[in-house]
Amino acid sequence: MLPLRLALIVSALSPGVVLAAELNLQPPVTSVARSIYDLHTLLLYITVAIVVIVFSVMFYAIIRHRKSAGRSAKQFHENTTVEIIWTAIPLLILVGMAWPATQAILAQKSTRGEDMTVKVTGYQWKWQYDYLDDGVAFMSHLTTPRDGTLKTAGGPYLLEVDEPLVVPTGKKVRLLLTANDVIHSWWVPALGVKQDAIPGYVRDTWFKVDKPGVYRGQCAELCGKDHGFMPIVVDARSPEDYQQWLAAKKVAAAAKAEDPNKVWTLPELMARGEKVYLQNCVACHMANGAGVPGTFPALAGSKIATTDKPGHIDMVLNGSKKNAAMAAWGKQLSDTEIAAVISYERNAWGNNTGDAVQPKDIKAARGGKV
Amino acid sequence: MNIADGTQVASHIQHDKPRGLARWLFATNHKDIGTLYLWFSFAMFISGGVMALGIRAELFSPGLQFWQPELFNQLTTLHGLVMVFGAIMPAFTGLANWMLPLMIGAPDMAFARMNNWSFWLLPPAALLLMISFWVPGGAAAAGWTLYAPLSTQGGMGTDLTIFAIHILGVSSIMGAINIVVTVLNLRAPGMTLMKMPMFAWASLITAYLIIAVMPVLAGVVTMVLTDRHFGTHFFNAAGGGDPVMYQHIFWFFGHPEVYIMALPAFGIVSQVIPTFARKPLFGYTSMVYATSSIAILSFMVWAHHMFTTGMPATAQLFFMYATMLIAVPTGVKVFNWVATMWEGAMTFETPMLFAIGFVMLFTIGGLSGVILSVAAVDIQLQDTYYVVAHFHYVLVAGALFSLFSAVYYWFPKMTGKMYSEKLGQLHFWWSLVWFNITFFPMHFLGLAGMPRRIPDYALQFTDFNAIASVGAFMFGFGQLIFFYNMVRSIRHGQPAPQKPWEGANTLEWAIATPAPYHSFVVAPQLEVGDNGVILEMKGGEHH
Repeated sequence: MLPLRLALIVSALSPGVVLAAELNLQPPVTSVARSIYDLHTLLLYITVAIVVIVFSVMFYAIIRHRKSAGRSAKQFHENTTVEIIWTAIPLLILVGMAWPATQAILAQKSTRGEDMTVKVTGYQWKWQYDYLDDGVAFMSHLTTPRDGTLKTAGGPYLLEVDEPLVVPTGKKVRLLLTANDVIHSWWVPALGVKQDAIPGYVRDTWFKVDKPGVYRGQCAELCGKDHGFMPIVVDARSPEDYQQWLAAKKVAAAAKAEDPNKVWTLPELMARGEKVYLQNCVACHMANGAGVPGTFPALAGSKIATTDKPGHIDMVLNGSKKNAAMAAWGKQLSDTEIAAVISYERNAWGNNTGDAVQPKDIKAARGGKV
Repeated sequence: MNIADGTQVASHIQHDKPRGLARWLFATNHKDIGTLYLWFSFAMFISGGVMALGIRAELFSPGLQFWQPELFNQLTTLHGLVMVFGAIMPAFTGLANWMLPLMIGAPDMAFARMNNWSFWLLPPAALLLMISFWVPGGAAAAGWTLYAPLSTQGGMGTDLTIFAIHILGVSSIMGAINIVVTVLNLRAPGMTLMKMPMFAWASLITAYLIIAVMPVLAGVVTMVLTDRHFGTHFFNAAGGGDPVMYQHIFWFFGHPEVYIMALPAFGIVSQVIPTFARKPLFGYTSMVYATSSIAILSFMVWAHHMFTTGMPATAQLFFMYATMLIAVPTGVKVFNWVATMWEGAMTFETPMLFAIGFVMLFTIGGLSGVILSVAAVDIQLQDTYYVVAHFHYVLVAGALFSLFSAVYYWFPKMTGKMYSEKLGQLHFWWSLVWFNITFFPMHFLGLAGMPRRIPDYALQFTDFNAIASVGAFMFGFGQLIFFYNMVRSIRHGQPAPQKPWEGANTLEWAIATPAPYHSFVVAPQLEVGDNGVILEMKGGEHH
């Protein structure tokens, strides 16, 4: 902390130099942030002028109109003209403030004509970014170690993340915001953007960054225990650099994708299959595989899930011909996911067939149809 | 109501002054109940203050030194709830209890037994809040605003808080009904509405606000309760609810609540400044209208607390314009106070110092409110330390300073003793200096981008946080001067004359000091000027 103390001492000697950034809004890098900055400066001048005038009159009275100065009080107690004037003047000042304020609000709210859209989802306590136009998605977590030592992972303390939101400069980026659990608020001061992320609802906002740079912010709405530990980092790059990053990101995403020819062990399939089951099948067949009698058939102990393996694969891939409620999952899930979920269903809830269905089995079953 | 009725007088005379615990437990005398309220709110002020010092201790330097984030959130939540519902609101109710009957010539509050009940509901509610720290999961941690769906998480501390709010709400509503009926029905002959003291006006209008909005708060926290335990989905989108609806309902309570804590302060200052300027209040009639219009406007601005929820531009504009409009009547009040000082013959005893401190710092808090009213700028400042600075200027330098002013002002009338002027002045200057050292830097923190309600912060915020923490501890310990002054003066203070302030001319100064236990058992005949100035008093009987 010594450097900071030194900074304070230095700044006390040369006010406005070192502390400048700490005394005012952060330097704006978007048109919206600039309009906020200018508006705040204007309001500050007006309010300081009011303070100076009102306080001058008051202190003049305090100094001059005191009993110890030998004054006796004048007994006036109203003056209609004065009262009308000091009602009208503030009203006029407010109208003068409202005009630029209205312009700024309308600009802030105008989300049309975007160049790209990113969906932002707040979680307790991290952010997810979905590049809706490019199919790139990732989570962004705080990287500062939480061991109480003020150590960092390379960035500023508590304002560093593993995966920043990378955006191109000069492009209108539209954000769609929502949340998974409680209300969060996505705030980057330099961009002039603060928008609540509300679970179950989608809100939008926008920004267009002028110059490349890394801009940092934090969640601004109390969201529980680690509210103070879910920072936001925006990495604005030139459009060329952004395209390079995007291409690299897509390659990396593809590399992470599963190899369809991999041979899985049964425990691997079971673990993966349970996840797929819980995301897709559980609503009807229930977590215990018992289904809903009379409406959705049980899988636990059923003929199709214990003996008829090709029939099981066909049912999941192509759906039921008798019951429209059973969808053709082949259109929604990958070979790996279908192989895993079928393996799970054939081994969970006492089905214990020992069958390990592999992705290549599904590929074969699709028979070139998909 | 005929308070001069002979049989009633006879029954009053037989009331002896009760003694011991029963005097307080079964209290029906407005002065005793007022005293209970004031001591209770002081105890809450100290409790909430200790929590505040817990917060400031953690924020003195970066890193987590004292508390884990869970406990930190509990401290911020309970600090807000305790100060708002436990300290400020009961303190104003206590002052109204003590002084209103004396200022308008009433024998007591209108409903003496309900008055007892409305006080004695407070300690159990406070107990619920305090013990919630020790239940599984700890106290409520969703902020004093208890925003859903965050408040639907968490342990039974939140449930205890909700019940505490119910009880506190019932207490405030009963207290408010008592004030309304007392002011409207029990004024002595001659004390007309458009002549009565501003403090009576402010208490009356505040009481109406309380009756209007406390049920709204009770309703919304009950919805949180049923969302938590009974399977409703008021605030859960997955069940067809809307989290933002919580904020709309909460702030429909919450904004008038701001004025519930500010209007009585305006009333107090409007009594104190004329007394020490030895001049009538400037623009009494416009003060009454300004107070009323602030109250009415306070119902139309709630969504300015919600500019970042993403409401449409038209809604932002409406709530911005309506909010800016409040600056006009508020400005009128400040100008009137300054005009009251103008050409006066001022002296600066402790009540006047706190009143002037109030006018200065409330003006600063009001103007940062104007800046925040501009929705575009508010987007940047919402939920930052700028907002924390703003509302502490309004609530500490506003509400709390006015309360100190009132307590020093009426202390001689209440106790029959003089407080120590030297200690009072020390208390004022100490509070003024350290208050500003604590809260002024928070403007800079907010502008620079520090969110509120975080237990640890980025390093560029270190210096101002350290300064604010030192200021907070000094401010906090300075309040012991006040406590010492009160206790010592009650026991050993110089006897106070009937009218210790040369310029005091409202009804409470026309009777003996200390105020007789049963005052105005027979109503006086009054001739009254603006702001409750007594021109002539005939009759009136006390015991």
